[in-house]
Amino acid sequence: MQQIVFFLHKYKYFIFFLFLEFIAIALTFNNLNFHKSKFVNSANFVTGGLYSKATDISEYLHLKDINKELLDENTRLKNKLQQNTFMLDSTIEVEVIDSVLYHQKYIYINTRIEKNEYSSQFNYLTINKGIKEGIYPEMAVINSKGIIGITDNVNNNYARVQSILNKNSKINARVKNSNHFGSLEWDGKDYNIVQLIDIPRQAILKIGDTIETGGKSTIFPGGVPVGIISKTYNGNTVNNRIDVQLFNDMSNLGFVYVVKNLHKQEIKSLENTSNE
Amino acid sequence: MNKIFYLVFLFIFLLLLQVLVLSNINFLGYINPYLYISFVFFFPLKKNRFPFLITTFFMGLSVDFFLDSGGIHAFSILFIAYIRLFFVRLFFKKIEIDFLLFRLQSEPFGKVFNYVVSLTVIHHLILFSFINFSFDNISDVLLNTLFSSIFTLILYFIGSYIFTKEQ
Repeated sequence: MQQIVFFLHKYKYFIFFLFLEFIAIALTFNNLNFHKSKFVNSANFVTGGLYSKATDISEYLHLKDINKELLDENTRLKNKLQQNTFMLDSTIEVEVIDSVLYHQKYIYINTRIEKNEYSSQFNYLTINKGIKEGIYPEMAVINSKGIIGITDNVNNNYARVQSILNKNSKINARVKNSNHFGSLEWDGKDYNIVQLIDIPRQAILKIGDTIETGGKSTIFPGGVPVGIISKTYNGNTVNNRIDVQLFNDMSNLGFVYVVKNLHKQEIKSLENTSNE
Repeated sequence: MNKIFYLVFLFIFLLLLQVLVLSNINFLGYINPYLYISFVFFFPLKKNRFPFLITTFFMGLSVDFFLDSGGIHAFSILFIAYIRLFFVRLFFKKIEIDFLLFRLQSEPFGKVFNYVVSLTVIHHLILFSFINFSFDNISDVLLNTLFSSIFTLILYFIGSYIFTKEQ
């Protein structure tokens, strides 16, 4: 007994050290799992609030750029609207939209990035809206130029977003104007370039082709721009891999939209029953 | 009492400096200094090491909260906090009786340099191995460690030079 007490007394710092290191390791492993990182994340009251204050200040310096971006987007949308009305004019029969049968599929919620990160291997962003504004885990985050990530941890007022620049990220994407799809991943090297893997060999790929989201998941709507092909790897590799240069400059993000899929439950329940 | 205030102030100052300024530098795309580890150098040597270990752990954990990194900063800063005593004995040839009067500023620069460089490089090596979390890009880990260490050390020595000059 005395031996044990003596041992504990001699190594008390080492045991305490090991205990704390064990906690740190456990938190690290938890954080790498998509759904488990409940405790340590920046979407809580203190860190979210502080980041929000800091963004308030820095945002003021970028008002000009933000306005320009908004104007660009407005112009693009206005042009699209004009195309639409023109097409309606030229057809004689205008279809009447039955408000009962008509369902809106996606809702866009605008929010602001409070914390951006792109230099590590597992990047996360923080946005300033949470459950109170109807944001839940696994919702798409995009902006006017392209995709940004998926929400993973949600608090009352803040949410954490798993960036596409995260080694765990996997997003369905396709080549524009064809239905060949693959999944979008990141190798952790350059924050402007992501990789599209498992794209079928039959697909004809040219450098400069546009990549967009495939819409085959319940998270991202189809047709959101991602980037252009910057490099193809020819040869019989197992996973047919191509490099995609992003439209978005991930180091410079301001206002973003969170996309809520209203049919998510319906699709999920359908997929689950077919598995049984 | 004064000492505790100083440490609380240092804790908050280094934390905010790290998460609001230094982690957003991204020099050449990925090089960031991690100056919050200077908390380990500034913390006075004491016989009872429990307060030291627990505060450094919370220092690392707070940085983790802000940077969404799980527990890797807590792990690496706690590691250098634990092995600090070994290096103090190795470089400064101090024993437990000297701890009360030990001040980093009054030691010769060469010894302080060795001490700070070894702890910084060890911290950064552990940190980047965890950030990378695979054996794929060992070269990236080593390069990151080298560049970030240089960055951190430059900032640390400039900072400590400025703040201790008057004495």
